[in-house]
Amino acid sequence: MTTHPSAPSLPSVEAGLGGAVGATPAIRFRFVSRHFGEVHAVDGVDLDILDREFFTMLGPSGSGKTTCLRLIAGFEIPDQGSIELFGMDVSSLPPYERDVNTVFQDYALFPHMTVAENVGYGLMIRKVPKSDRKPRVDEMLELVRLPGLGERKPSELSGGQRQRVALARALVLQPRVLLLDEPLGALDLKLRQEMQIELKGLQQQVGITFVYVTHDQEEALAMSDRIAIFNHGKVEQVGTPATLYENPATPFVAGFVGVSNILQGEWARRITGDEIPVTVRPEKITMVSASETTVGPDRCAVEGRVRDVVYLGMYTRYLVELDATTDLTVVQQNLNTRSMDVLAARGQQVMLTWDRSHNRPLTG
Amino acid sequence: MADIAKTRSQDERSRTLGNRISTFLYRRPTLVLLLLLGLPLLWLLSVYLGSLSTLIIQSFFWLDSFTGQVIQTLTLANYIELTHPANIDIFVRTILMAAAVTVACVVLAYPLAYYMARHASDRMKGALYVLVLLPLWSSYLVRVYAWRLILAKEGITSWIFGSLNLDWLMDGLLKIPVIGGPSLSVSFLGMWLVFVYVWLPYMILPIEASLERVPGSLLEASADLGGRPSTTFRRVTFPLALPGVVAGSIFTFSLTLGDFVVPYSLGNSSFFIGQAVLSLQGTAWNIPLAAAFTVIPMIVMAVYLMGAKRMGAFDAL
Repeated sequence: MTTHPSAPSLPSVEAGLGGAVGATPAIRFRFVSRHFGEVHAVDGVDLDILDREFFTMLGPSGSGKTTCLRLIAGFEIPDQGSIELFGMDVSSLPPYERDVNTVFQDYALFPHMTVAENVGYGLMIRKVPKSDRKPRVDEMLELVRLPGLGERKPSELSGGQRQRVALARALVLQPRVLLLDEPLGALDLKLRQEMQIELKGLQQQVGITFVYVTHDQEEALAMSDRIAIFNHGKVEQVGTPATLYENPATPFVAGFVGVSNILQGEWARRITGDEIPVTVRPEKITMVSASETTVGPDRCAVEGRVRDVVYLGMYTRYLVELDATTDLTVVQQNLNTRSMDVLAARGQQVMLTWDRSHNRPLTG
Repeated sequence: MADIAKTRSQDERSRTLGNRISTFLYRRPTLVLLLLLGLPLLWLLSVYLGSLSTLIIQSFFWLDSFTGQVIQTLTLANYIELTHPANIDIFVRTILMAAAVTVACVVLAYPLAYYMARHASDRMKGALYVLVLLPLWSSYLVRVYAWRLILAKEGITSWIFGSLNLDWLMDGLLKIPVIGGPSLSVSFLGMWLVFVYVWLPYMILPIEASLERVPGSLLEASADLGGRPSTTFRRVTFPLALPGVVAGSIFTFSLTLGDFVVPYSLGNSSFFIGQAVLSLQGTAWNIPLAAAFTVIPMIVMAVYLMGAKRMGAFDAL
């Protein structure tokens, strides 16, 4: 998003990212656990979220990411551990006393109020006089590019528009942290991709911390400064998108972020010399016909049979079977090939080669 | 191969009568709608609207008091008769009672409905449903008479007050002018209690249904934006439950307006609308005036609903 001509001047816009590094984290989880009966929804999470970063909690459903968000918002109280907001312990504060706001998965717009009343709700509660409320509501609607829709009812808006109203309603209070719970889940792919870019732009424009929950790894990679990967209530790894993709610490991370090609046991030994499992990303692998066997010492090579071919327009995904239990996924751009050629590869013996430096041992 | 041979061909299948009827109806949704709605529509038009219009027309006829014949010429005489102070008293008394019963029902029903909709486990909710509906399984006449005994001077209520040394409280309540009386069983206070008891289920169920439709995230959103529980109740929960409250109050209000059993069993000699209608058409045989009496609750309800609509009670539907 380009800077809007009438963008509101939120207090923290000027100081960019980076200035916050080393300062008090916006949110700090200290060994936080939250149990629902026997279920350990959040299990000893220890996490720092920096001021003004776009932080994503990524994981499959039931991994504890949404519960973590709800713990920050105050809808849940930790059973163990504490949660700090800018250095202050807020563990037992109710939601209405925390300086964070939430964009809900179902938007949670009040159906009996107009868009303007929805956006102005927080201001009304803070007893901002009506005359001061209107310009701030209008400003917010302009920020989310919905000018002039204030008098509509939420039921008269499209899904994408409701999403923007929910954003405006949460941002109008100028929180220091905005929590987003899978806000793009209900939108179609095209709109989702547009909103990803817009959300990222918005975050930089208003200059506050965004904590974003999603199960969509592509979405997480596209927007985040840093990502925490959740699994079974625990944090598997925290890092920048590039770190998580290029240096996954555990097999779970390797599998959840991008497609995992994990070679273990005999295959790992044949390639690296020891039995620590290694992973290699599908786009790093070159596929040649089995007869071309000249491979340099700095490249790995394995032979296999093409089990499946999926033609995806821009590129083609091959599933290559090394033996009964090991498959490797290979992605090749369709630079000079046509659909007829790539589909003909099914069933053929091939040689897969890749640079030794792309091997990533998995220690976790 | 045998299986394939057994499947009937497309042609053969479309030839059976049942399938041809199905296809015929599938292509004609308007006809299906007409067939489905025909009977209820006939019922509604003839029995319901028919009797309603007869009632309204009757209210403009008049009774010749010499011959005892209903004269079928249109007149406003019955409505003029309704403005007689004694009749005005009946209306005011009945409407005030209906309003008091409705308010009490809302106050009692809302917390229970809220608990059922938001907090109760499925088992608990089922149990509460049964408990709320259970009284409706027994005759309402029996229950009203039971209350008459419970509230009588020698009844269990007096006994409980007495054994708790709270006679002074009971006496004080009964000494309140208008609503008091010689005992709870012959006072407006007792009547009000029994009305609240018999109509309460009709208030709990619609409120519970409307609260159940309010997503929990709306309440969280309100808290997230700074709303304390009281604010969330005032600005979000209650406005969204209002259609249910209005639906429930239509029941409690109109049922009280038309009832004659409870005033007859627990009241003093002052009439309520239902009793007036009963005695006019039963004893006095003045059907036209009785009809005019019944038109009044209908007008009251119409005004009430218009008011509720203007207040935005149905905006969230």
